[in-house]
Amino acid sequence: MADFDTPEIREFPVIPTIMEGAMSHSSPFIAGEEFQSDMGFPSAENVGDLIDGWKEKFLELMQDKLSKYRSLQVFMDTCVKCGACTDKCHYFLGTTDPKNMPVARQDLLRKVYRRYFTFAGKYFPKLVGAIDLTEDVIKQMYDYYHQCSECRRCAVFCPFGIDTAEVTMAARDMLAQIGYGQKYSNQIIPKIYKIGNNLGLPQPALADTLEGLEEEVEDDFNVKVRYPLDEKGADILLVTPSADFFAEPHVDGLIGYGKVFHEAGVSWTLSSKASEAANFGLFIGSYEHMREISLRIREAAKELGVKRIVFGECGHAWRVAYNHLNTLAGPWDFLDQNYPIPQHILEFTKDCLDRGILNIDKTENDHMTVTFHDSCNIARASRIGSEPGSQFTTPREVIKAVCNNFEDMAPETIHDATFCCGGGGGLLTDDLMELRVKGALPRMTALKHSIEDKGVTHMAAICAICKSQFTKVLPYYGMTMDQIVSVHQLVSNALILTGQGEEADESEDEAA
Amino acid sequence: MPIEVNGKSYETDEEGYLANLNEWEPAIGEAMAAAEDCQLTDEHWDIINFLREYYEEYQIAPAVRVLTKAVGKRLGKEKGNSKYLYDLFPYGPGKQACKYAGLPKPTGCV
Repeated sequence: MADFDTPEIREFPVIPTIMEGAMSHSSPFIAGEEFQSDMGFPSAENVGDLIDGWKEKFLELMQDKLSKYRSLQVFMDTCVKCGACTDKCHYFLGTTDPKNMPVARQDLLRKVYRRYFTFAGKYFPKLVGAIDLTEDVIKQMYDYYHQCSECRRCAVFCPFGIDTAEVTMAARDMLAQIGYGQKYSNQIIPKIYKIGNNLGLPQPALADTLEGLEEEVEDDFNVKVRYPLDEKGADILLVTPSADFFAEPHVDGLIGYGKVFHEAGVSWTLSSKASEAANFGLFIGSYEHMREISLRIREAAKELGVKRIVFGECGHAWRVAYNHLNTLAGPWDFLDQNYPIPQHILEFTKDCLDRGILNIDKTENDHMTVTFHDSCNIARASRIGSEPGSQFTTPREVIKAVCNNFEDMAPETIHDATFCCGGGGGLLTDDLMELRVKGALPRMTALKHSIEDKGVTHMAAICAICKSQFTKVLPYYGMTMDQIVSVHQLVSNALILTGQGEEADESEDEAA
Repeated sequence: MPIEVNGKSYETDEEGYLANLNEWEPAIGEAMAAAEDCQLTDEHWDIINFLREYYEEYQIAPAVRVLTKAVGKRLGKEKGNSKYLYDLFPYGPGKQACKYAGLPKPTGCV
């Protein structure tokens, strides 16, 4: 299946002995002309070559970014090489490659910055570790900036708060603009514009899929729960990752959202135009694409005449929505100002639980002992509710409200110290499978120990990427793909619909 | 990297997915499966044929629940689940079966 070894889970997590160049072969497919041009990026004649004048273009772009983003300038100037970040990256811990230490990754760009943008680097490059920008340097940047999931765990531990994710984003954007775009992301984003979502599910396929879900729920519970699409005049627009329509366990979460909305008695709809919460513009560091992707949500909300926007279980989508939706696609003055704009589905569900309007039978989840994987973008870049730390408490409170058995994983691996699933930030692609498996090591270690010590059976997540990534990598570590569940799948299991099973009771009465 | 089948050459992408889905014929599916040590049985072909029919109508591979439901209807409820599909296609029904069916790989957060 794979021509690499899965790292061994140890009794205690260790900082590995470094192995120079251990992942120098790991490089995702470069986007060909057909994908680059859809994105407005240039490409050389042959895939893998740089465009003419790449060096000048790269430095020009860097100058532009340094002047536009004060943060990048500060991150380039500030690092004192204290080493606090070195052992915080899941990719370093899993691959042992020293270039996957966050400081080394940033230094790929920083060394070039020094050479061309600082006095010392211009005249005494060797003294300050400044290097010339060469094709080899570009190649290394492409490889190693695609071994960073932009999870920002290193930033939590940096005494200066240097955000490696922003460095990665800047580098990726500059690379794409000299012909080194990544195929996975650049193939996906145009599908949003053309079809409405990352997967390329056209409206008829969405309608067919949702109709199937309505039948499934009715078959199972004898209650007609609706999964509406493009319904004008609905109160709530649900924007959710397209994986929720397509994959398991994601779809069980979607079923759960629908059941909660049904019981809450609100009118809601999905939109085929905005049938995607994900915003890969963030991953590739492109403000323009982030904005264009966000604007579809605005258009859909206006066309459908909704009053509220609720986001489904998607990590980075919530980061973009929570932090930037107003800047990118606001003002949202046409929505109902009495509700959070936007609102997270967990906030909606928690409110329903708090108000006691959901009939919950926790014993439906008694066959599981659940733990929770904090998704990095939610944990380190947002809240779910208005209180500080609500991004940690809200999901756990919802899980505990619907499950009798909950256990957290080791404290150094949860909340804002959570480890990335290993597949975030635009790396959830088969051509990076070795990286994904190795990068999952810290999370798999924490999970395995919870299984052994606390009897955990399942891990719940609130991010489509995390769910897909764990489905793939759990078997590499001797666990099973169905041990990863959606939080709203747990809600769905425990939620007793009004009228559920009534018909069955009647027929029993008749039989009696 | 093109794939050779019965003396003819077919263009594929970096991961071996057929570049032009109109060129597909069953022998191509057989050849792709054989290259991955997978022996295609009638059960595999049931899935592959369904994927192609669905794709023709909707221009996308079916979602997992659509697929399991269809399989359940055609072959009996006990087979209408993802375990049955993963037993047939261990790399995932979406990705592996799509490849043999000559369809593009579903990409996104899946």
